[in-house]
Amino acid sequence: MIKSTLLIAVARMLRGLGARMIDRIWRLGAGARLFFLTIFYSGESFRRFHLILREIYFTGVMSLLIIIVSAFFVGMVLALQGYNTLQKYGSSEAIGVLVALSLVRELGPVVTALLFAGRAGTAITAEIGLMKTTEQLSAMEMMAVSPIARVVAPRFWAGVISMPILATLFSMVGILGGYLVAVPLIGVDDGAFWSQMQANVDFRVDIVDGLIKSLVFGVACTMIALFEGFDAPPTAEGVSRATTRTVVISSLTVLGLDFILTSFMLVV
Amino acid sequence: MNLNIVEIDNLSFGYKGRLLHKGINMMFPRGKVVAIMGGSGSGKTTLLRLIGGQIKPSHGEVRVDGDVVHKQDRDGIFKLRRKMGMLFQHGALFTDLSVFDNVAFPMRELTDLPESMIRDLVLMKLNAVGLRGASGYMPVELSGGMARRVALARAVALDPNIIMYDEPFAGLDPISMGVICDLIRSLNDALGATSIIVSHDVKETFLIADYVYFVANGEVAAEGTPHDLMHSTLPFVHQFVHGEKDGPVPFHCPAANYQSELMNSKTND
Amino acid sequence: MDRTTIDLWVGVFVALGMAALLGLAMKVGNLTSANIGPTYSVSAAFENVGSLKPHAPVKSAGVVVGRVDSINFDGSKFEAVVKINIDQRYAFPKDTFANIYTAGLLGEQYIGLEAGGDEANLKNGDKITQTQDAIVLEKMISQFLFSKASETKSDSKEPDVKPLASAKASGSKAATKAVELGDPGF
Repeated sequence: MIKSTLLIAVARMLRGLGARMIDRIWRLGAGARLFFLTIFYSGESFRRFHLILREIYFTGVMSLLIIIVSAFFVGMVLALQGYNTLQKYGSSEAIGVLVALSLVRELGPVVTALLFAGRAGTAITAEIGLMKTTEQLSAMEMMAVSPIARVVAPRFWAGVISMPILATLFSMVGILGGYLVAVPLIGVDDGAFWSQMQANVDFRVDIVDGLIKSLVFGVACTMIALFEGFDAPPTAEGVSRATTRTVVISSLTVLGLDFILTSFMLVV
Repeated sequence: MNLNIVEIDNLSFGYKGRLLHKGINMMFPRGKVVAIMGGSGSGKTTLLRLIGGQIKPSHGEVRVDGDVVHKQDRDGIFKLRRKMGMLFQHGALFTDLSVFDNVAFPMRELTDLPESMIRDLVLMKLNAVGLRGASGYMPVELSGGMARRVALARAVALDPNIIMYDEPFAGLDPISMGVICDLIRSLNDALGATSIIVSHDVKETFLIADYVYFVANGEVAAEGTPHDLMHSTLPFVHQFVHGEKDGPVPFHCPAANYQSELMNSKTND
Repeated sequence: MDRTTIDLWVGVFVALGMAALLGLAMKVGNLTSANIGPTYSVSAAFENVGSLKPHAPVKSAGVVVGRVDSINFDGSKFEAVVKINIDQRYAFPKDTFANIYTAGLLGEQYIGLEAGGDEANLKNGDKITQTQDAIVLEKMISQFLFSKASETKSDSKEPDVKPLASAKASGSKAATKAVELGDPGF
């Protein structure tokens, strides 16, 4: 008797695990399918570029404030913390290098992507989820207009274009924040701050690598947000869950991708 | 030229073995207003989606203008859909576009008309539904009835041959209901189109429909002109038309014996 | 939202992004110094380049005059061949001396050029013959410790190992310093 109930419990657990696994793989496949369809229908949205411009306004321009403010504080904190450690080794002039390299290579792309997922990604998911709930996507389809070409593709390209711009701004504003703390506040030499930075930050290696990272994050974050919105069950609860999932999955994906990209960039 | 613009032939549709429709046959003659009626959950809206080619039937076929819908490729379905206009249950207006842009949407997406001509056409359509003055509003600023009328203007923007209405009367006040009722009939006659109305509002539907199909349990339970159905002796139709509480459609969801269930609940745990 | 307003804002957005990229390239990165106009290329062979990397600066009198282009290993002579690009505005004599230096104690390595006195100048494709290898810190430390070890032994009256003459000359002072530093192993 006990044996059989145990067996049933184990079987149920395994079934749950299997179902979840199948669901994950199905979602991955569906996401990939949406991605390829988006690329396939992109020609149409590029021909009417004002659609993309409109979405750049909503994803990029609207994220400017949070990006700039966060970057400023991240830069200032980096300078404070960096100075605290560096001055123990008597090399506080290297603070510029520390701030610049951490921002350009890592924090710029990664923190921008995380903020983007929270600010623009959730907005995209909620908007598309609600369009689905209120049958707007269905209506579009019935008008012989593909929602992927009209709704998904412009948002995708807007995200892909906005992300590197936001990441570059993040790095630059962060460095300015670091400068403000290091030079006027702490009193590091102005010339040493910039010259050390210039001697050690390479445009082709560090800055371009950072840009490539943010481009990849842009594709990932936007695609996840779009897929979650497109896939959301057409109920209030479904949309709210999808929005949460956008943030969680985007953040994890960005961090995982960052590790993979960094290891590739350091090896090659 | 075929007399019927839409024909549904021995159509079955279902999810995972549970059939929603079991061998439905319907004809929609040109120029007529035909209504599909039935209780909630009887698959009326699904029929519209089958006609529009958004889902594929399990058996049988839907023919629009002689073309089998589910055998078309993507371009073919899009070509068929250009002959159709559809009014969704809650209007489904694009919330990020103004009233004007909503009506202009199908023209801008599907035609190469110059912007000046689109402007004139949009104002004409809006005038037909009496909302030319609201062209600058956003959909959230409209009442339910106005939104439905804008959606109607959008559905007929490209002068379709077939106009489908999904619950056009649901959730409207009596005045708006009368307005929509009137518009459906007058637009149908003015455009020379065929209208397919899915509804469960007997009074309004019978007022404007030329022919009515009753759907129940996945089959066509009754059909005929509103006048015939009003006086039908079929128990289901009688219950539906007169809105009686109990009849062939039971008040209770099928369940085990009430008394035995109550008794059992004590001993169950 | 009006379309012209959107256009304006997106324009501002993109311009800001461009400005930031330009700032990164010019003020933060070394794009300005990496683009040193037309260059000519010379090579130099080193027995050990330490951790010198491509793109490392080439300096003369502390001023950047070029960049390391590539570092390859010559399998026949077992030495490293470093190609460097020098700004065409600067001509160096044929007997210029190339050293590998380290910026600070832990900084990056760079090549320092010290001009010689030859009449003829280096041309594209020439080879710098006089070079000095990178100082490898581990090697230096082990040499230093080794000489110290032999000294301490001589100080502790075990004269079977003869200290080197040079080490003896400056020996005692350095030895006491090593003791002060608390180097218990030796």
